[in-house]
Amino acid sequence: MTNRITRGRTFAAIAAVGTLSVILAACSSGTTATTEPAAPAATEAAAPAATEAAAPAATVAVSLITKDSTNPFFVAMQEGAKTAAAASGVDLTVGSGKEEGDDAGQIALIENAIAQGQAGILITPMSVNVNEAIKKARDAGLYVIALDTPTDPPDVVDITFATDNCLAGEAIGQWTAGKLNGAKAIIARLVIFNDRMVSVDYCRDNGFLKGLGVDIVDPTIMGDEPTSGKYTTGAGGDYEIVCLEATGANEEGGRKGMETCLSKNPDINVVYTINEPTAFGADAALKAAGKTVGKDVFVVSVDGGLAGVEAVKAGSIQATSQQYPLRMASLGVEAIKAIADGGAPPANTSANGEFFDTGVTLCTEDPQDTVTAAPQENAQYCIDNAWG
Amino acid sequence: MSDPASGTMDLAGEFLGRRTPMQRIQVTLHRYPYLSPLIVLVVALVIFALINPKFILPGNLSFITQQTVVIGTLAIAQTLIILTAGIDLSIGAIMVFGQMVMANLALTAASNATNFGLPPWLAITIGICASILAGAINGFLIVKLSLPPFIVTLGTLSVFTALTLILFKARTIQGPEMPDLLKVMGVAIKIGSFQLMVGVIVMLVLFAVFTYVLRMTSWGTHIYAVGDDPQAAELSGISTKRVLFSVYVVAGFITGIGAWIYIGRTGAASPNADPSINLDTITAVVIGGTSLFGGRGTLIGSLLGAFIVVVVENGLALAGLDQAYRVLAIGILVIAAVALDQWIRKVRA
Repeated sequence: MTNRITRGRTFAAIAAVGTLSVILAACSSGTTATTEPAAPAATEAAAPAATEAAAPAATVAVSLITKDSTNPFFVAMQEGAKTAAAASGVDLTVGSGKEEGDDAGQIALIENAIAQGQAGILITPMSVNVNEAIKKARDAGLYVIALDTPTDPPDVVDITFATDNCLAGEAIGQWTAGKLNGAKAIIARLVIFNDRMVSVDYCRDNGFLKGLGVDIVDPTIMGDEPTSGKYTTGAGGDYEIVCLEATGANEEGGRKGMETCLSKNPDINVVYTINEPTAFGADAALKAAGKTVGKDVFVVSVDGGLAGVEAVKAGSIQATSQQYPLRMASLGVEAIKAIADGGAPPANTSANGEFFDTGVTLCTEDPQDTVTAAPQENAQYCIDNAWG
Repeated sequence: MSDPASGTMDLAGEFLGRRTPMQRIQVTLHRYPYLSPLIVLVVALVIFALINPKFILPGNLSFITQQTVVIGTLAIAQTLIILTAGIDLSIGAIMVFGQMVMANLALTAASNATNFGLPPWLAITIGICASILAGAINGFLIVKLSLPPFIVTLGTLSVFTALTLILFKARTIQGPEMPDLLKVMGVAIKIGSFQLMVGVIVMLVLFAVFTYVLRMTSWGTHIYAVGDDPQAAELSGISTKRVLFSVYVVAGFITGIGAWIYIGRTGAASPNADPSINLDTITAVVIGGTSLFGGRGTLIGSLLGAFIVVVVENGLALAGLDQAYRVLAIGILVIAAVALDQWIRKVRA
């Protein structure tokens, strides 16, 4: 009996402390100057109940918040951040949403970082739904760097360390135009969502069409372009868009999406995929349908993970834009550490001056003169420089 | 409403035509739970074929059977569990765990740290055993600790997902890295322009075997009895605990086969494979006319339910509708199916 009563009290105490810290955190994120000390106070109060105590003031604490923890891209990012954190003595907290689309998971992690009074956040924002939470973090004095995916609008964060996804898409579009050399393009587009507009999704997809020389109308909306017409890059020619299928950016989604597209039109000869896992699924569906990938149909993608660039070498993907997540994360950790130590914030380096460009390379065994958006390298170069 | 003896009176009443047409439908659906999903499936097929003639082409029909194969296989396991008035939210996590065990053990790529290089048949066997073990853990927690299946499997959903990520470093194993036997379920047999995946045949065999088991063996009868009324089952000498435990173990076995099929289907083993598969299997079982309250339902219904889920998604996609509309349609179907189940159950009242 006594045991049970004590346990009850402990629960009540933990619950009370938890509630208190949540309320305080909410206050601190709601207003700006006055409440800044309240956040660390709340963490201290909660410390006996929580497993990890707040970081001492001397160490610089940084949160890395990715979209999920299973995509090798984000795993690479976590590795890059961990290495940089260990080297520079930064106290790193790694977290992620449960899956693509889990806005709430990311928001909770941002709130945790605010509550713990960390110096900064590195985040791959899931969607515009996390913007408010990011604003609260910056109001609370945290330096926020978006990794890989810019926020929409971009000035929600302090700076973005990213691949130019639009440019990455453009490169594979230009490659496709060169490869087709005037032949009709019958296009399947396998994206993450087709009922929600996420920046990485529309930027790569519309970038691909732009590279091909198709009039994309609104660059932030997928599927508003005419479904047939002429592409103008390289020799130019007719195009027909068969489908815009949501895949969730994984193998099963890629296969299912490709199957749906093949049902709509079995003569597809160009397949745009949001990333390489999607491309693997599409490749399986195409092979099952008796197509020879690389001859009857060209599969293009963006990412440049190890498995992806090995697939370029093996011939199941013809061209993919490689990006460098490890670099994004390690540079991000170092930047926040520098600012916390009194240094200057980093400046934008990209062509359009909107973000810190971490670079992109087009990986292909069959380079095309039409590609101007990125340097072209063979698969072996990309394998040597791949993440994941 | 009616006196306790009406159960026998009902039958006589039905044949003597002493019922309203609605009551007759109610009784018929109660006796043949797979009838409503069959009607829905046929209606859906006809409508989608009319909207887009490409829907009914052999190529698309083979896509539909291929897309059903994983949901269908897991739906067998889910049906057995739901028949006992249980539920398994961890079924997808067990499947992913099983496939990652198989793929990692059989890995042929030299470049990897988790390179065991076991013979493929052994890797598959161990993977299936891992799934059986996972099912046994669910069964143990539910039977020995008397915890509700919903809570247990909600917990093990997270546990198995995390274990997969921790043990296998969240790495996707690509097709070329795996020996052919792991991918054999994805091999397609061409019958004209229709393609029959080996996995689909395995799924249908599993359906046939377990339909026989449910109907013809005492174990099958006990499952219905336990789901219908555990006290009565216990009083009539059935060890409800043993039956419950065995159901979760068998479900683990079927899920292990599902894991093998999944590798064939996608040509890869990914730790973040299909996160919605848990709910999809429950959807298929519920649409298939199996009662979430246990004791009533058929495997053929679940097979039809799995096909309905896939047909609706595929049909709406070919009709040019976005993902959101497909999700909406499935949601409405689930609610309609449960509402229908409630109405049918009133026959007993």
